[in-house]
Amino acid sequence: MPETSQPRHSLLVRVTHWLTTIAFLALLVTGLEIVVSHPRFYWGETGSVNTQPLFKIPIPSSRNLVPTGYGYVLPDQNGWSRYLHFQSAWLLILTGLLYVGVGLFRGHFRRELFPARSDLSARRLMSSIAGHLRFKRPSVEEAWSYNVLQRLAYLLIIFVGFPLIIWTGLAMSPSFVSAVPAAVNLLGGQQSARTLHFFLTGALVLFLAVHVFMVILAGFRSRVRAMISGQVIGRTGARQEPLQQLQAPELEALKLEDQ
Amino acid sequence: MSELSRRQLITTGLAATAGASGLLVAAKLARRYGLVPPDSGGVYGPGETLTYAVQRLLTRHSMAREFSRSQISAKPLQNEVAPLGGDFQRFQKAGFADWRLNVDGMVARPGSFSLAELKSFPRRSHITMIQCEEGWSYIAEWTGVPLSHVLEVVGAAQQATHVVYRSIQPDWWESIDMADALHPQTLLAHEMNGGELPVGFGGPLRMRVTRQLGYKSLKYMTSLTVTNNIKQFGKGLGSAEPEGGYAWYAGI
Repeated sequence: MPETSQPRHSLLVRVTHWLTTIAFLALLVTGLEIVVSHPRFYWGETGSVNTQPLFKIPIPSSRNLVPTGYGYVLPDQNGWSRYLHFQSAWLLILTGLLYVGVGLFRGHFRRELFPARSDLSARRLMSSIAGHLRFKRPSVEEAWSYNVLQRLAYLLIIFVGFPLIIWTGLAMSPSFVSAVPAAVNLLGGQQSARTLHFFLTGALVLFLAVHVFMVILAGFRSRVRAMISGQVIGRTGARQEPLQQLQAPELEALKLEDQ
Repeated sequence: MSELSRRQLITTGLAATAGASGLLVAAKLARRYGLVPPDSGGVYGPGETLTYAVQRLLTRHSMAREFSRSQISAKPLQNEVAPLGGDFQRFQKAGFADWRLNVDGMVARPGSFSLAELKSFPRRSHITMIQCEEGWSYIAEWTGVPLSHVLEVVGAAQQATHVVYRSIQPDWWESIDMADALHPQTLLAHEMNGGELPVGFGGPLRMRVTRQLGYKSLKYMTSLTVTNNIKQFGKGLGSAEPEGGYAWYAGI
């Protein structure tokens, strides 16, 4: 197979990207539903309506127990929400292990995500930030690789954001922490873990919002197609540089594929 | 089809076959070693089974965290309970002197124990956290007779896999596996924070399962059944909770 038919995103990246998307959205919806049964957050080991919260979310609750100021109680949906939350957590963790494991083995992170040393200079970073802040459309070459801010954001999400949200989630499990008490003790208590889990959700949702916005800015159809089929086509994704290096037969093959 | 893609197809096929048979073997082993929860059917079965199996392998003998006396919650929360019926009120008027715990099932000596008898058994205390699935929690000192001691007194069979326990509240029942039933922190609690267990917190007798959410710590307990066939109780899902849509295993 000619090298040029290599897809923009490997099968591993595409499959794990969408599995993570499904798991994340399910976790988000069910997580918010679980919060509705007690929209109060605390710091330390314990907390209940008998103690002072760190903060409250001004929404109605699905339980009588919580004084919300609303005159009504929402229907209790915690049962299926919890079942689906934990099943989706498994999907997220197994997908993450597959992605990181195979990715490390194949040099995915080194090749595609670690920024080049030259890109990490203050000047290059500032110019990338300035470009992003002006909502500049990404250049055509960026359809084939990630810019430096993108790389840093993805690395942060993969190696800090997701591990932290998984850790804070596990720290709420009475059974898990009986085997690994440090998981909750290091966070300052079970309610602290719950509060941090909530803040981390906010951080991941912020990432999702920026991510989707950037995809739209770069060309929603072409970028989403690249993440589904692996192929980059269309105005925003023309692969110009590499084409010049191709041999004639390979060019023919590529043309055929395009039709 | 090129040579390479045919090879890929064969490799993929072999990998898929290996994966599928691996899963089947894993499922069979899990069943043999009691790593499948009773509510493993349905769309959420895979997640529940993974959680339960992994935690049973990881936490069979682990102890829930115990806290210092200074960490006991000043204002523990009394959860809402369904209104207690006339039967309960009669027991309450008599100071629970006639309250009994019946024990039957796979035991050599089925029996019925009064509160006084239970209180005369060896007691154990621990300061542990009780966590509600809703998100709130408190820490209290619980005192009671270890369930393992009662199981020894009645001579529970070696082949037993679960203990089913019921509340005086109609249709309210729970079950735990033997890892939790024989766990040293699992108590039939009759005292809280050094005094009688208040009715609002499940008095005169409640289960305390320290490594699972609060709903496994059933209030107003009246009977226990030792079994090796958990499927024969209720709708076969292990407890009243899955019948209401909640997970049987609440270790999360």
